[in-house]
Amino acid sequence: MTSTKRTQRPEKIRCDACPVMCYIADGRAGACDRYANQGGALVRLDPLTILENKPQADLVPFLDREWEGELLTGDDMFVTAVGSGTTYPDYKPAPFIVASTVQGADMITVVTEGIFSYCGAKVKIDTDRHVGDECAAVRAEGEVIGHVTISEYGSQMLSLGGVHHLTGGSKKEGRVTCATLLALCNGEEVTLDIDGGAEMQISAGAAPVINGQREERMRVGCGSATVGMFAAQWKGLVDEVVVVDDHITGVMSEHQAGKVIGWEPSGIRIKGRRSTPGRYFQVAQPGTGWGGTDLTDPLTILDTWKPAQARPGLSLLMVSTTGEHAAYYELDQDLTPVQKDMPARLLPSVQRIEENCEPALASVLFMAGAGGSLRSGVTENPVGLTRSVQSALTRVTVGGAPVMMWPGGGITFMADVTQMPKNAFGYVPTPALVAPIEFTMRAADYAALGGHMDHVVPLSEALKGMTGPQNDHRLAGRRSEASKTLWPLQPKALK
Amino acid sequence: MSWAESPRTHALPDGRLRLTHGPIDLVIAAAGSTKAVASALSRGRAAFQTILHDLAGELPRLRSAQGADPKGEIAQNMLAATAHFKPQFITPMASVAGAVADHILRAMLTPNHGPNHGLSRVIANNGGDIACWQSTGEMILAICEDPARRSAGARATIPAASGIHGIATSGWRGRSHSMGIADAVTVLAPCAATADAAATLIANAVDLPGNPAITRVPAHVLSPDSDLGPRLVTTDVGPLTDPESETALAAGHALAQDYITRGLVHAVCLAVNGHRIAAGSAIQLKEPAHA
Repeated sequence: MTSTKRTQRPEKIRCDACPVMCYIADGRAGACDRYANQGGALVRLDPLTILENKPQADLVPFLDREWEGELLTGDDMFVTAVGSGTTYPDYKPAPFIVASTVQGADMITVVTEGIFSYCGAKVKIDTDRHVGDECAAVRAEGEVIGHVTISEYGSQMLSLGGVHHLTGGSKKEGRVTCATLLALCNGEEVTLDIDGGAEMQISAGAAPVINGQREERMRVGCGSATVGMFAAQWKGLVDEVVVVDDHITGVMSEHQAGKVIGWEPSGIRIKGRRSTPGRYFQVAQPGTGWGGTDLTDPLTILDTWKPAQARPGLSLLMVSTTGEHAAYYELDQDLTPVQKDMPARLLPSVQRIEENCEPALASVLFMAGAGGSLRSGVTENPVGLTRSVQSALTRVTVGGAPVMMWPGGGITFMADVTQMPKNAFGYVPTPALVAPIEFTMRAADYAALGGHMDHVVPLSEALKGMTGPQNDHRLAGRRSEASKTLWPLQPKALK
Repeated sequence: MSWAESPRTHALPDGRLRLTHGPIDLVIAAAGSTKAVASALSRGRAAFQTILHDLAGELPRLRSAQGADPKGEIAQNMLAATAHFKPQFITPMASVAGAVADHILRAMLTPNHGPNHGLSRVIANNGGDIACWQSTGEMILAICEDPARRSAGARATIPAASGIHGIATSGWRGRSHSMGIADAVTVLAPCAATADAAATLIANAVDLPGNPAITRVPAHVLSPDSDLGPRLVTTDVGPLTDPESETALAAGHALAQDYITRGLVHAVCLAVNGHRIAAGSAIQLKEPAHA
């Protein structure tokens, strides 16, 4: 009789994902229910976000549907770094190095979640309203997290975050900066206060709220442009038009556009610095009144009329660049403008200005530099990655969204946060943001730049939750989202 | 030492914050003026950053029924909350989820908090163990013992001045191990730590010792670190007859009544196998929809 072999007790493993350091028995999960022991391997049960190349993918929640092993190519599926985890500090290869075939070409995508100390948000706010002086501090919860930067056509611009506010100031400044960036990048609304300026509620892809008022429209153009656009339409309906604008206020009868189509001089005189005929700078202070100025009564920008050209009864339309403010006047016997009801003949033109304004939005670009050790997770020769990105052999995406790559040294990029999957961003208490980042290139190019070829896994296996040997944390779930942008794996766009 | 995971915050679309770190998964919410809500949430998040780290440092003590007093504030509150229920076997870990919720709630409330300070309601929900406060009115709590079928359960009405600031639920189907067969025992108590400890013990008491329909396994086989050690915990409950379900409920109900009489908890709702019973005045029973 042989002795009965003792059944071997399943091995228990110690999870090092968090300070609890659970011992986990085989087939069981730790206290968090998010890390499990599967046959002695530590498995992370969080969903990895997969982009599907169709207009509307059902969001597949974690483990709602097991992978059924459909044959898929990179034409259909792209593994994003959202939920991939990280191998920071990158002494070993990135968590996922995925091989796929796209239109017959062998492609490699290196997927990781980067920890970005050098990062921030560039915010564009479509409004004429003066939100604050250039360089004015932008605050959240009382802490300075950035500043107002040079305005763009029809928009105010903010530059938020950056390494100085994240790690160069007080602990609270860093924490608040990180929290505000995280919220902005994940599409949440944040409240920002500008020193000497406005209080705003901003969220990416939504109309900004400035001093409690939701912005509806951005201006159709500057005052001068508006005069040009509507010169012919107003001809014969009114004797003079002034388009009030914080940047350039336009005067029809003096403006080149008015002159060419035969507007008569009206004798009007504008207070303000004349740039070229019919174009005036600095008619008032910036503000939240008419056309982004502080004006509540537009007549205050008019000087006395020239008696030689002006006449009693002369009609005057004053309008802002969004059509939001408009008033109609006629000169009395003393050549003083008197406000009258807006005549019906002028209403359509004012309305047309409004109709030609685009909806005001706040947009948020995440900007960061992927330098340092993150690159060694991709290749044994970090500068090779930098050069490959600079020469467009390697495409960088952030959660599958395209990036604008800065020329010059390093891998410094900007990406529209609304193009990324939901809640793509996280943070670490450093403080720094955690953002998904993927590097895609031809397999041959990856090998040539010293890529970790022995850590590559095929797409189908990555989707099953398998990884290369570098990853302690096997992912067992996935979540699909429809791609909102151009498909990240397009070999043609690569050199 | 460094870990793969640090405390993380996700802003939910409805304005709540989700705070996660290791096994802690908290959703915090506040109502009131925009400014007061924003700063309450940010205080909650700030208080969260070190919680797991501090607790993990004292885990060996917190997992045992006796020993030297722990040092951390939350750890001491766990000890105090569970001490009420001695000499029954209990370790401070029985109140960990509730104690964390209480701690976050305290951090979110300012001194003299109230409508004058901009806050009307604050909730810290730690995976179902909830610390809550409100200035006026009443909070309605829906108790669902069967999340899989989403059938309607009992309902609790909690007036602002009731003194109830903690709600916790325990049962064998939940995340922590239970020695009983309750699907869910929900306790309303002055704080979440006490509610958590009471729910654990009442759920243990809802039992049918020796019944062959119940599968039990030593806790340390499932979780080598479990504070329950070799004690048997429930892993499956087979079909039970109605009288069996009622017998099990009655055992738990007696303990619940005892805790209410001693002023430890305010109200308890117990459910087994589609049967439900309540103790205390705050809970209204409704017929289970699938009965």
